[in-house]
Amino acid sequence: MTDVKKLIEILNAETINFSENREITTGYCGDFLSFVISKAPVGAAWFTVMSNVNVAAVALLAEVPAVVLCEGVKPDEGLSARCKAEGINLISTELDAYGASVILGNEIK
Amino acid sequence: MSQDCIRLEFKVDSENFASAGSASESVKTQLKLLGIGSSDVRRVAIAMYEGEINMVIHADGGKATVEIYHDRVEIILADRGPGIADIALAMKEGYSTAPEDIRALGFGAGMGLPNMKKNSDEMRIESKLGIGTTIYMTVRLT
Repeated sequence: MTDVKKLIEILNAETINFSENREITTGYCGDFLSFVISKAPVGAAWFTVMSNVNVAAVALLAEVPAVVLCEGVKPDEGLSARCKAEGINLISTELDAYGASVILGNEIK
Repeated sequence: MSQDCIRLEFKVDSENFASAGSASESVKTQLKLLGIGSSDVRRVAIAMYEGEINMVIHADGGKATVEIYHDRVEIILADRGPGIADIALAMKEGYSTAPEDIRALGFGAGMGLPNMKKNSDEMRIESKLGIGTTIYMTVRLT
């Protein structure tokens, strides 16, 4: 188990919004939002390259502890505003979803 | 057995794609306040979110009605969109008629209707081409 603060550190990630240091028990990679809301496990950090405002709605419904934008993707204005308003942890890393997942996996192990 | 229910109605606005999901968010908040278990809340919210998104993508918006009973939640999603030509095909995982610009936003996986079915205990679709679609879902509370 790890947490959002540690994830930011190990991914060398940029913090776009940090609201609450939540526990992370696993990860989930996906860009199709319907897959994410129905399949992301509770406690999963969500790795994606989607950066539009709908990501926030899905993050809330799936109750993920953090959204990790991969490959240097930055959120559009709507997404960062909604994450701030709704208290969603949103970070951005230069790593791709695989690279970021491996690092998280090693940390949790 | 009491049939009293809490009834919530939402207009699903097609103009504002950014706010899609707001109806399911408020239902989720309401269910949590009523002390309903988190897995039931999640099922209702997912089923409803997918329905909302479908109405925004395909039907120019519509109306969502949610009735919360002591043992179940009934969701009715009604639109005046183009209707569904082949419901069995639309229910197939991976089948989507969403346009390319919508797919670029992360929608159009062809999982919307299957997710609605998966997260509800009963689901019925009434659809007429050129008239619209109404979807009835029941989620039993465990």
